[in-house]
Amino acid sequence: MIDVDASEIKTRVQKFLDSHAPAEDPVAFLRARFDAGLAWVNYPPGLGGLGAPRDLQPLVDQLLRGTPDNNPGRNGIGLGMAAPTLLFHGTEEQKQRFLRPLWTGEEIWCQLFSEPGAGSDLASLATRAVRDGNEWVIDGQKVWTSSAHLARWGILVARTDPDLPKHRGITYFICDMHAPGVEVRPLRQITGEAEFNEVFLTGVRLGDELRIGAVGDGWNVARTTLMNERVAIGSMTLRRTAVGILAETWRERPELRTHDLHQRLLKLWVRAEVTRLTGARLREQLAAGEPGPEGSGMKLLFARLHQEAFGLEVELLRDEGLEYDDWSFRRSDTVDFLGRGPGYRYLRAKGNSIEGGTSEILRNIIAERVLGLPAEPRADKDLPWKDLPR
Amino acid sequence: MTSLLYGEVEEELRGAVREVLADKVSPAGVLARVTGAEPYDPGLWKVLARDVGVAGLLVPEELGGAGASAREAAVVLEELGRSVAPVPFFSSAVLATRALSVCDGEVARAVLERLAAGEVTAALVVPWASSPYRALSDISGHARGVVGAEVADILLIPVRDGLAVVDADDPGVTVSPVTSLDLTRRVATVSWSDFSGPVAKCRDIRDVLVFGAGLLASEQLGLAEWCLTSTVSYLKERTQFARPVGSFQALKHRLADLWLEVVGARAAARNAAAHLSASSSFAEISVDARVAVAVAQAHCGAVAVQAAEECIQLHGGIGMTWEHPAHLYLKRAKANEIALGTPADHRDALATLADLPGPA
Ligand SMILES: Cc1cc2nc3c(=O)[nH]c(=O)nc-3n(C[C@H](O)[C@H](O)[C@H](O)COP(=O)(O)OP(=O)(O)OC[C@H]3O[C@@H](n4cnc5c(N)ncnc54)[C@H](O)[C@@H]3O)c2cc1C
Repeated sequence: MIDVDASEIKTRVQKFLDSHAPAEDPVAFLRARFDAGLAWVNYPPGLGGLGAPRDLQPLVDQLLRGTPDNNPGRNGIGLGMAAPTLLFHGTEEQKQRFLRPLWTGEEIWCQLFSEPGAGSDLASLATRAVRDGNEWVIDGQKVWTSSAHLARWGILVARTDPDLPKHRGITYFICDMHAPGVEVRPLRQITGEAEFNEVFLTGVRLGDELRIGAVGDGWNVARTTLMNERVAIGSMTLRRTAVGILAETWRERPELRTHDLHQRLLKLWVRAEVTRLTGARLREQLAAGEPGPEGSGMKLLFARLHQEAFGLEVELLRDEGLEYDDWSFRRSDTVDFLGRGPGYRYLRAKGNSIEGGTSEILRNIIAERVLGLPAEPRADKDLPWKDLPR
Repeated sequence: MTSLLYGEVEEELRGAVREVLADKVSPAGVLARVTGAEPYDPGLWKVLARDVGVAGLLVPEELGGAGASAREAAVVLEELGRSVAPVPFFSSAVLATRALSVCDGEVARAVLERLAAGEVTAALVVPWASSPYRALSDISGHARGVVGAEVADILLIPVRDGLAVVDADDPGVTVSPVTSLDLTRRVATVSWSDFSGPVAKCRDIRDVLVFGAGLLASEQLGLAEWCLTSTVSYLKERTQFARPVGSFQALKHRLADLWLEVVGARAAARNAAAHLSASSSFAEISVDARVAVAVAQAHCGAVAVQAAEECIQLHGGIGMTWEHPAHLYLKRAKANEIALGTPADHRDALATLADLPGPA
């Protein structure tokens, strides 16, 4: 295999564009882009990539700007979590079957992890999977499932052995969201819309070929998903930023300025810049092959920044801050933390410190895994799951 | 693109400085020294200045220096911050050296050569509390709160069109050390009537203070890191209620937050150093570099104080004792917060630099 560098990328993109007019059917264009290895260049050849360094991806995206895109905001869970999990733990058949339509956006994915009784303590989950010949029968309830109403597939963790301690009796599956027994009900959020859902799983039958990883190894597989989730949420390099939006309003509306808001804006601007530099340094470390523990912190920093910036924006706007664009109950088909009006942005940002692991849980992780502080004494590690208090 | 990581040469330099400091500096030793008759450590300075070569780090090679950049100086400052070693590196090898580097002519060059050789040290006679964004207060005849002056052989006194280079023992000059908040970097009042000495011509020295402020961020980073690491290791060992106090979540979350602040401080301080390396001695400091400095100072100044304050609080009673070194860090951190512009001064500067104007 040849080494792929920037000039090789340019040649390949040119060659691809020469034979595929962007004006053609967008899906056909995206499929061809996947087959040319220009979907995610760090993935292996044959699976949408070229086995190239991850930091060449921005170049590809830049060269292909203006061509049909896969609307990543619509399939964030697929792209950010299901794909890396499949790549790392999936069988060859699973990768071949699922990665292409996932990347092109033809098949949307959702994440069936959280349950009414299992949030931060995900490993205590109660959804059961019972083997029946070459199939598994799933029974249980999932909750806060974003995009379940759009999804073709879900990544699912379920309990296969209640007699083992909680981390050890879990198995990881791909759930067919069109299978009989899958029922999706919208859950309305503080923003008025329903981005997430409750998902009831009643006697859902999944073939064994939809299992990822070994039976009982689901927690290990789920850790890959969760790591990628936090990285995905924390490392977004958005062209627009929360503080950028706030600063624009500030510049355009001199009549709204006060001394106190000015001091707070400057503090926030410094914080945003420090966060940006922290992310830039982290990416440099990753590119140099020295992954640092700093990754655990990015999601926490972004959550705080979004919340403070949008809180300040609503306050700054005064009269307009009293208004809201639309409370109507509808199902959203994309997630955009920076979209819509200031009221929406303020409210949506509240989720940033809850989704994908709460900020409290992330602080626990930093304290224990990065700083090496001792864990809290706990009683739930070695008891069989079925004997845990709940 | 400028890198925010450490280069190989920088890591080597760090290793060399760290080795000397590990060998020659102990908290108890620093404490004994700073309360004794000779608060700066000339023996340590000699080794660092000449053997490791930190005195001439920022001096051009043709004048006998290392011709290194702000990035290398920043790494030395991280290490010195970590050990609060009482040596005149910042005052002489950073501030005074930079001031002379932006002057023209033979006078400045001659002093730089002597500084690079580690023969003498110099001090820029400007209040440590000066903000780089304000006109220097009128210091004719008298400057309050000058760092490094009491050990300097040469004083650089701002005059109308440059810096007068004056021997510290010139009968027209008096340096009076002041009982200082910061035990490991004391300030002195310098007063003068008429002195003799050539003048090195130079432009506005406020940019020298911008340069200094940018590098001070790295010292603050080193300080904050020491406070964080020593607090974490203490909390792993200290037992109360039959468990290590570091296992209590209230403390874990505080330390996780502090860690995030320190991680940010590293990115900001590295960014400032990288931008300052790009602006050579005689060139103007670019707007981007000014933003980088203001951001680094606004962040790191406060983080160092927070880290030192947490260090004392989380050590309990022992943190409040004279014997434990935590107070040396707190005193340095608090003094540094005022030095070369407070965090608020640097944020104010960003109102213009980042186009975020205040109310009319
Ligand atoms: C907008 C949004 C989208 C989501 N999308 C999905 C999705 O698509 N799929 C999915 O599976 N899940 C999704 N989630 C669920 C999310 O992962 C959980 O809400 C989250 O993990 C917290 O679980 P919980 O809601 O049960 O809160 P709990 O775990 O009950 O937490 C309640 C409070 O206690 C705190 N807490 C809990 N344990 C500890 C501890 N050990 N130490 C300190 N504090 C603690 C928490 O931080 C929180 O403040 C989504 C959530 C939101 C808000």
